[in-house]
Amino acid sequence: MTLEVILFFLIAASAVGSALMMITRRNPVKSVLFLIINFFCLSMLYLFLHAQFIAIIQILVYAGAIMVLFLFVIMLLNLGDESLLTEKKSFRKWAGIAAAIVVFVELIVGLGLVWGNGQSQLSDQATAMGTVEFIGRSLYSNYFFPFEITSLLLIAAMVGVIVLAKRKAL
Amino acid sequence: MNQIPLQYYLLLSAILFSIGVVGVLTRRNAIIVFMCIELMLNSANLALVAFSAFLSNTNGQVLVFFVMAVAAAEAAVGLAIIVALFRNKQTVNIDEINIMKW
Repeated sequence: MTLEVILFFLIAASAVGSALMMITRRNPVKSVLFLIINFFCLSMLYLFLHAQFIAIIQILVYAGAIMVLFLFVIMLLNLGDESLLTEKKSFRKWAGIAAAIVVFVELIVGLGLVWGNGQSQLSDQATAMGTVEFIGRSLYSNYFFPFEITSLLLIAAMVGVIVLAKRKAL
Repeated sequence: MNQIPLQYYLLLSAILFSIGVVGVLTRRNAIIVFMCIELMLNSANLALVAFSAFLSNTNGQVLVFFVMAVAAAEAAVGLAIIVALFRNKQTVNIDEINIMKW
């Protein structure tokens, strides 16, 4: 057990714990805050994998931009606790948990984790691959067309959001 | 130097994805359902980055970049839809938003 392994298990445990807290809190603001903790844990795991660019983007885009948007909407709508929402069907909760367990088993079998045929060493180029330079080179050569399409998607989303949020009646 | 095998990352990714599935299927608040979808997207990102680093293939990290751009657009549009719904029905309970259900 080196320091790295211990740190990995600590971060993984806090990621799972914050995700569980996120889906069980009644108050949506607390859910958002736990999701932000989860995103920071994932960002640290990306650093473990030498993906520096993705780790920074994770914090900037997810924890910074998207979660602020969520918090903003929750406060704009002035939602109370979810206990005010009717919880009439409790069997659906158990059906949901059962379905999620089925999905989990499917993922485990599908990824082949039961047979343990994966790699145990990071590749030698992993450190060089996570840098902005390497990803930028790939983005502006092989993936140039999808990159431009992404800007179109963002424009379309911006226009759509303004139209949706401005209209008085649906 | 690095002693954490690929399986650990994939297992963590599967666990987080399943937690997201539980949230989507059991919660009634539309905003929290939406956050669970973000959690599932992130667990898929973790699997992509792990494969990318272990198999020395940049495509995984470029795909994560695109997933994040799409997630940002999707979050903005989804939250705008929730705001519009709340303005019309005064609720975000997905049991009461059933106009498109059979």
